[in-house]
Amino acid sequence: MKGLKKTMRVDFATYIGVTVAFVVMYLLQLGGHLSNSLSGQMVPICCFVSMAVSLNLVVGISGELSLGHAGFMSVGAFSGVIAGMSLADVIPSVPVRLAIALVVGAFFAAIAGFIVGVPVLRLRGDYLAIVTLAFGQIIKDLINCLIVGYDSHGLHIVFNVSGLKSVTDLHLEEGGKAIIKGAQGAVGVTKMASFPAGYILVMITLIIVLNMVRSSTGRSIMAIRDNRIAAESVGINVTKYKLIAFVSSAALAGAAGALYGLNYGSLVSSRFDFNTSILILVYVVLGGLGNIWGSVIGATVLYILPEMLRSFSNYRMLIYAVVLILVMLLTNNEQFKQWRENMAEKLGRGKRAEGGV
Amino acid sequence: MVFFSYLISGISLGSVYAIIALGYTMVYGIAKMLNFAHGDVIMVGGYVCYCALSYLHLPAIVSVPLAMIACTVLGVVIEGLAYRPLRQAGSLAVLITAIGVSYFLQNGAQLIWSATPKNFASVVHFDLPSSLTSLGLSSEAIVTVGACIVIMIALTTFVNKTKLGKAMRCCSEDKGAAQIMGINVNRTISMTFAIGSALAAVAGVLLCSAYPTLQPTTGSMPGIKAFTAAVFGGIGSIPGAFLGGLLLGVIEAMAKAYISTNLANTIVFAVLIIVLLVRPTGLLGKYAPEKV
Repeated sequence: MKGLKKTMRVDFATYIGVTVAFVVMYLLQLGGHLSNSLSGQMVPICCFVSMAVSLNLVVGISGELSLGHAGFMSVGAFSGVIAGMSLADVIPSVPVRLAIALVVGAFFAAIAGFIVGVPVLRLRGDYLAIVTLAFGQIIKDLINCLIVGYDSHGLHIVFNVSGLKSVTDLHLEEGGKAIIKGAQGAVGVTKMASFPAGYILVMITLIIVLNMVRSSTGRSIMAIRDNRIAAESVGINVTKYKLIAFVSSAALAGAAGALYGLNYGSLVSSRFDFNTSILILVYVVLGGLGNIWGSVIGATVLYILPEMLRSFSNYRMLIYAVVLILVMLLTNNEQFKQWRENMAEKLGRGKRAEGGV
Repeated sequence: MVFFSYLISGISLGSVYAIIALGYTMVYGIAKMLNFAHGDVIMVGGYVCYCALSYLHLPAIVSVPLAMIACTVLGVVIEGLAYRPLRQAGSLAVLITAIGVSYFLQNGAQLIWSATPKNFASVVHFDLPSSLTSLGLSSEAIVTVGACIVIMIALTTFVNKTKLGKAMRCCSEDKGAAQIMGINVNRTISMTFAIGSALAAVAGVLLCSAYPTLQPTTGSMPGIKAFTAAVFGGIGSIPGAFLGGLLLGVIEAMAKAYISTNLANTIVFAVLIIVLLVRPTGLLGKYAPEKV
């Protein structure tokens, strides 16, 4: 019972921590105390926190390495943008439209997750990683071929395989509007995202993921991660639970992508490439695998870090790389681990059962 | 005739992929890690060769070995500083470190050589009879394919016939047992990185000779493709990397020619996914069932 209480305390601390951080930052923003660049980063930070938490569900909780998380974000972003733009006449209220766009983004990303997940989850380890990587590239290319517009008849979609088609091939009537213009991406997007919306997204993501992890579903997923054969032998349906983790993660990434897409005036699919997937993976690994609040902090700190290093101008990404390598070396150093454990014990916290790690 | 020229460009591209994939596959086979920085070693190799050719005005016969030496040193240093301390750590920690190294190399190259693309003069130019050029053959293609075959044969002989090659196979099978038998595991892994990086330099030079723009991100896409090729053929297997690379190059060239330029990468990756679904360990990979 004591253990259960501890996890609940951690969860509530996470919720409260995120809320307090939001309230402080929001008040600072309203009071005009934030610099323009920092103020503009609030929504992307929320999106990436949400991305990191959802990726942690796959990489940390389910133990499968995914290198295509940005692909789901991309699906969510573009379907969310289409929904948000095309419904402009039907639903004038921006918050309602934003909510619908997020749901649409989550829905399409979940479908993509299901399509990828069913065959792919049969593979193990590094093979799964390469297929998710391949999937991310495929999504990027497919979206580059997409031309979408809308008019009073509804949506018009052209798939530009030959590379010769353009917006005129949509045959839009007078007053129609092109939303996605192939390789140019989405242009003229109405910015709908706001910091409170980002906060709500992060909270929803956290509530879904934390509740799932603490439930019997989450325990099944973790059992599969720790020992697939043992889990199978006690009657856990491996494919089903892996798929639950994978699809929920994709859906949450889709919602985050939709918010991200509606935060900018224009959007190109190369923004969600392999490097973005890797970036999110870095947030998760540095935050701690399977550690949800670690992902929140990891994403926030690492998203801001390159901005903080701006004074080093050209050297900032070099320093970022060095920091990344050093952190990995340090956290995996036996002596450092020992020292940290000793410190924790001295402070009277983190007492571990004998034989535990 | 047109088909033939597409086939040749596919095979020559595939040969470059195969050379890069050999580096991936050897490192994976022995160190069990995905070395994402491998693509950037290619880029460094390209730049070193470029500098030797254009600033020092060295002949190609000196520049290419120079690039190989520089990359070998780079590979061994990277392994020693960044990967060796993580030998006991989880595979994800090593993966993230490799990504860190990749960022480091890319941004370092950007600082040294700036982001503006350099125009790489081909290192292989000899005149071909017009009967061959009309078929779409170029001197670069011939050298690339030739280099790939030579490397492939040399590497197979090395791994199968020499003592060090045997040590490598031992390490990839079971590091603990290899150590008990008196094999210096760390040195063997360093050697593997050295060979892989030297091959990367060759691939870099060949790649830039065929596609003459060189910039700090030159290596990343061929790196990912070659990694795909290695997985395609069965990662850890040397003939697999060769086969995977060639097939990938041919599929890419054919898709570009006959289906869609925009979707060439999509088709390559889709074929990879289908192959992995049918043969989960790649074309020539060994299937190792899990024991309870």
